[in-house]
Amino acid sequence: MRKKPTVFRPTAFSFPYLAVTLVFVIVPLVLILVYAFKGEDGAFSFGNFVTVFSDPENVRSFGKTIGIAALSTAICLVIAYPVAFVLASSPFDRIPILSLLFVIPMWINFMLRIFALQSLLDVIGINQGFWAAIIGMVYDFFPYMLLPIYTILKNIDKSYLEASRDLGANSTKTFLKITLPLSLPGVISGISMMFMPVFSSYAITKMMGDMNTSVIGAKIASLFEAHDFGGGSALSFVLLLLVIAVMLIGKLATGKTVKTPKGEIAQ
Amino acid sequence: MKKSVSFSLAVKWAILIVVLIAIYVPLLMIVAYSFSPAQSVGDDFGGFTASLFSKLFENEDLLKATGNTLLIGVVSAFFATALGTTAAIGIHYMRRKTRTVVDASSQITVVNAEIVTAIGFYLLMLFLRETLSLPVNFSLLWIIVAHTVITTPYVLLTVSPRLKQLNPNLLEASMDLGAGPMRSLFTVMLPQLAGAMVSGFALAFTLSLDDFVITNINSLGSGIETISTFIYDGVRKKGIPSEIRALSTIIFTVVLVSLIVYNAVKNKKRQNEKQSKGEIQ
Repeated sequence: MRKKPTVFRPTAFSFPYLAVTLVFVIVPLVLILVYAFKGEDGAFSFGNFVTVFSDPENVRSFGKTIGIAALSTAICLVIAYPVAFVLASSPFDRIPILSLLFVIPMWINFMLRIFALQSLLDVIGINQGFWAAIIGMVYDFFPYMLLPIYTILKNIDKSYLEASRDLGANSTKTFLKITLPLSLPGVISGISMMFMPVFSSYAITKMMGDMNTSVIGAKIASLFEAHDFGGGSALSFVLLLLVIAVMLIGKLATGKTVKTPKGEIAQ
Repeated sequence: MKKSVSFSLAVKWAILIVVLIAIYVPLLMIVAYSFSPAQSVGDDFGGFTASLFSKLFENEDLLKATGNTLLIGVVSAFFATALGTTAAIGIHYMRRKTRTVVDASSQITVVNAEIVTAIGFYLLMLFLRETLSLPVNFSLLWIIVAHTVITTPYVLLTVSPRLKQLNPNLLEASMDLGAGPMRSLFTVMLPQLAGAMVSGFALAFTLSLDDFVITNINSLGSGIETISTFIYDGVRKKGIPSEIRALSTIIFTVVLVSLIVYNAVKNKKRQNEKQSKGEIQ
């Protein structure tokens, strides 16, 4: 028997992963589609969508979720940008422990952090409700907003700033014309790190909010708990379309896919 | 002029300190009250005591949830590292077009809303159990599988860049010198990837520890609890036992110590690299 020439084809190494992706990522998406568009008789139908969206509460829930996500993301950005700016500026950029202090909470279980925050709000007399939920979102997502902005500000070439100053611009003008435009990809990355994940953060709204503050993720979870798989899948399908839309907008704005901040720390 | 510089410095310090206080006061309050017998945080502190720590070690449900969290984290991170690293190697040798498609598909769970991923797993289980009649059910194993799937892309993202930096001649030299492709891969390539694999493992582990949505949806009916679902159910139903504060203190300490050690090691490595580079020049 002749020995076959050994061909080094390490692409085969990716096959286990590709198989896992097919079975556990692609098939579930197809199943969501199937359940969403399957009528009671098993035939193709828009029945689930009609049922789900004829309940005005579900329509309102989508609107409310977008509102909660937009408001908490905006507040988080307004706090995180100045912090990132200061951390990236001299002399603070020479104290590495300082930036570490701001992202340490990222590594503590988020439910424990929410429990801690809720205890504090109880003590200082802020009751469960809309604003408590917003505070919870801002507190939970803060490091994820801070890190991409900080990373990009830190890497801005300082000679641009010096050139701007040499050419006679004051620090306000330098910030508006140089720093701010150069930091926009970080800002967009931070926003996308927070805006969509808020839709799934029903733990925070359930623990800190009241009856009126609930995100669409809570609705989907409760439909599944009640074994209404068709309705839950229909809502998920709409959410999926929204994810794709937001991703495309983000991609158009930055020209690249978003990276995760935890990944940046790990490297 | 001098005055305005020191004023802006003071403002900058003030911004940092105010935000740091907002971040740490809730955490430190829990740590402080983990040494108090008070029923809930904010009550009269009472005397300094470690009783909550001994109560923690008697609370079997909470210990079970902690054990589950760690078990799910370690096992899923192990498989995610294996899958993600082999995938990174395979993808590295793909043609560009194929690679673009595979890279895009690896991003699906990263960018998707967690709740959609979670119900996808749930529907998959229904499909396997009811349509294909396979003998599977919601279980600890199922949660481990789900966590492996969602964390593998992060390992891939961590290992791939390192792979691109490797010198391809080393692998070829090894094969020219008579080592088989598998042996070359294990003795030449993998050791160079070890650092990235450790980072990938740590990342997968912490992502698994932090997960709530996937576990919550996929433990419906199986009664499996992790720390996250334990607290969530406690807030909604039976109330949170006060020994959770002792658990929080332990977790804060572990996180703090490991991050400080990690950063110290990293800084030292960087300094050593700088030094050896200086010597060469």
